[in-house]
Amino acid sequence: MSKVIIQVSDLRKDYYIGEVTVHALRKVDMEINEGEFVAIMGASGSGKSTMLNILGCLDKPTAGEYMLDGVAMSKMNKNQLALLRNQKLGFIFQSYNLLPRTTALENVELPLYYNPKVKSKERREKAIHALELVGLADRMHHMPNQLSGGQQQRVAIARSLVNDPVVILADEATGNLDTRTSYEIMELFQKLNDQGKTIAFVTHEPDIARFMKRNIVFRDGRIQKEAMVTNRLFASELIKNLPVETDAI
Amino acid sequence: MNYTNLTKIAVNALKRNKFRSILTMLGIIIGVGSVIGMLSIGQGSKKSIQNQISEMGSNMVFVMPGSQQRGGVMMGNSNAKTLTLSDVEKLKKEAQYLSAISPQVSTSGQAVNGNKNWPTSCTGVNADYLSIRKYELEDGRIFTEKEIESLAKVCIVGQTVVENLFDKGVDPIGQTVRFSGIPLKIIGVLKEKGESSMGQDQDDLILAPYTSVQRRILAITHIQSISASAVSEDKSDEAITEIETILRREHKLKEGESNDFQVRSQAEMIQTFSSVSDMLTMLLGAIAGISLLVGGIGIMNIMFVSVTERTKEIGLRMSVGGRGIDILMQFLIEAVLLSIIGGIIGILFGLAISYVATSLLSFPMIIMTNAIAISFLVCSAIGIFFGWYPAKKAANLNPIDAIRHE
Repeated sequence: MSKVIIQVSDLRKDYYIGEVTVHALRKVDMEINEGEFVAIMGASGSGKSTMLNILGCLDKPTAGEYMLDGVAMSKMNKNQLALLRNQKLGFIFQSYNLLPRTTALENVELPLYYNPKVKSKERREKAIHALELVGLADRMHHMPNQLSGGQQQRVAIARSLVNDPVVILADEATGNLDTRTSYEIMELFQKLNDQGKTIAFVTHEPDIARFMKRNIVFRDGRIQKEAMVTNRLFASELIKNLPVETDAI
Repeated sequence: MNYTNLTKIAVNALKRNKFRSILTMLGIIIGVGSVIGMLSIGQGSKKSIQNQISEMGSNMVFVMPGSQQRGGVMMGNSNAKTLTLSDVEKLKKEAQYLSAISPQVSTSGQAVNGNKNWPTSCTGVNADYLSIRKYELEDGRIFTEKEIESLAKVCIVGQTVVENLFDKGVDPIGQTVRFSGIPLKIIGVLKEKGESSMGQDQDDLILAPYTSVQRRILAITHIQSISASAVSEDKSDEAITEIETILRREHKLKEGESNDFQVRSQAEMIQTFSSVSDMLTMLLGAIAGISLLVGGIGIMNIMFVSVTERTKEIGLRMSVGGRGIDILMQFLIEAVLLSIIGGIIGILFGLAISYVATSLLSFPMIIMTNAIAISFLVCSAIGIFFGWYPAKKAANLNPIDAIRHE
């Protein structure tokens, strides 16, 4: 049995908007093991984003327990949560969130700036290595506005890898990309997963979810369905079958 | 916390917005520059006035006749005849704090040489007068004791008189000029001294033995004033007290009676003018200080805008592990860097202002190291003070809201 990275039990999250209480999450139990590639799915308002915020240690649950890599996060204060994010988590956002007018390399280095143990030489080496993993070593000195959307998302992926996190959390990481680029990004995610990375991927697109190993579907703050993907898609094969762009004309 | 990293982050953030950083600094640059420039101009003008007053003479002390009472009637100052040659003799003998002393009688009139004439003044003095008033001989000699005793008809002339009474190239020494009908043989010519701080031409004068002016020209027995030099500038006050004691005794003034003479020193004049300049400096400095404050508010303003504009960046930094304190320090360091760099440029700018201004106004340039040090401290304080609030606002952002901010 592989190691449990994320263990959530009886998790609740309530929001208070005026006098109305919104139950964003009601009694969620969930486990993600090392090496898994999980899609967290659901319609808007299903609670999947709230779940991601809590998994990402950006938000605290109202009740329940969340163990991340053996650490109980509910007892932690803000600064300890920041430390957890810095050393155990990698984030990827829909809109890449790269710093403008900052080279790809410096963007990737960013998380390591907040880790005093990493010296500047080591920081640079790790960032270059992460960019090599996503296939952008030749673009490391480019600014975000000199990169395509797919390349920018690769930089963001490199940034999420640079601190060697126990789990990568992706939030609609392909939401802003066209089909071909989405497949390319999914190919990268599948490659990283094959290398042993644990990935939790929030998406509302069932097509994208089929690239993963397991799907968890949220509805009204509860897990509605949880299943292993039976006919899994492989991005590298799909790309071969895509019509070449010049043929479309 | 790792300040090296945070400083790097802050420097990079400022570099990303070079133009805005420079514009933000501009307020501080102008503020510090004007504080230093204004203080320097103020101090320069003070020094310049002090120099001009000291140019008038060396540690001068003047004794002028004062009002006297005759049977309960106050007489005016101008016609008072309370000072006499015996006062001068007594002072010369007894005063410890005076290094030189000269009686002074003066009259204005027309000086004539051949077909040229010039209105000027003839002042009767002794040989000490030149050192008291810092006059120097360009040519010739000063009158001797014998000439003073014998009411000799000799004189020393200033450059303005020479220019107006003699053709170019003519040596005035040995020539005779007539002043109020009395022929005076020129035995010396004074070096040019220029205008005094009150705009008076100090070269427009004729000096003659006081005996000659007193008896031959004015036909009086009293003297109009006494000029003296104190042994040093800081002994001026003692010299004044000493003169007052000696003269009160000589004039047989009873206790409670007011002086029938006045004693003034150059040091007093310097103080009076200096206090005016100091006030001017403070006024200029205060106005410049306000512009520094405005510059500081400019920094706060930009930092606020920057926090709002960079909300997403702040969210991202938080999501990759930046703590509230890290974000706070980043923005604080940015603000402090802006104000310190602005301050350094401002100091250079201020020095440039004072250089240009002092050379235009021909003041001595005074670099006030304490003003520079204070400006620098004020800049850092402004950075911390005005950077704190926006930085705090940034640090208190909720990472979820910040990262999703559009």
